[in-house]
Amino acid sequence: MAWTDWERFERSMDPWREFDRLNRVFLGSGVSSGELPLFNVWLTADNAMVTTEVPGIESGAIDISVVDKSVTVRGSREPEEVREDGAYHRRERWHGRFSKTFEIPFVIDADKVEAKFRKGVLYISMPRAEADKPKKIAIKSE
Amino acid sequence: MADTPAKEMLKKEAGTPAGIERTRSTKVYTPAVDIIERKDDIVIIADMPGVDEQSVDITLDKNVLTIYGTVEPEIPGQHRLVFAEYGVGDYQRLFTLTDEIDSDKIQASVKNGVLKLVLPKAATAKTRKITVKAEA
Repeated sequence: MAWTDWERFERSMDPWREFDRLNRVFLGSGVSSGELPLFNVWLTADNAMVTTEVPGIESGAIDISVVDKSVTVRGSREPEEVREDGAYHRRERWHGRFSKTFEIPFVIDADKVEAKFRKGVLYISMPRAEADKPKKIAIKSE
Repeated sequence: MADTPAKEMLKKEAGTPAGIERTRSTKVYTPAVDIIERKDDIVIIADMPGVDEQSVDITLDKNVLTIYGTVEPEIPGQHRLVFAEYGVGDYQRLFTLTDEIDSDKIQASVKNGVLKLVLPKAATAKTRKITVKAEA
């Protein structure tokens, strides 16, 4: 594909339409996980939460490890098993192995990390380590 | 292509027919589906994370099968979103069915955010094997 030609026509083309089209091309041939699953990260001063959408996998297929400030989520999603007489008309759902690491802006208390898996969504809640919390200094008046 | 994160497109918002607007403010996404045709049925498998058996609606109007999943965002109060790859919203997708589906016998189940629909083929649509008899 001539990518340079695209640049020439950049202004007259709607890039989103092209992305859509490319996306359809890619999705149509079956997606294996490169980018997927998608992650969101949520923060408060003393807690971090990582969520990801991994529908259809069992919670045992996910591996979470926490070291210091970082959290790594690993897992794999198997393709649907089709009986021998089955034929795919459409194959958009992703499958494959994935691994993703996030760095949180504070040290995580590894013992208090909680993870739950509900309706295909994984929630990992990570509290800030006590030792890492800022100390409030009381000012004494003399 | 490098300028815009292509990821955002991986969870696609569902389109609305021209002239029709949504009345709710939540986003609606198109779930990724696998459609598998087997000898006696057609199986539709849809990724709908955040949906369970109570929050999915399946309607069949004439020959249009609609799946709609309602998702309630589950994030405890004060959390602030600092990194986002996906949005949370409802799911909707429409399929047109041909006469070959026995619409009375459609089965649906949800497990771990995956909807599975089994659409049995009507008796007439099943391939019939004609036995050839030898004439006496």
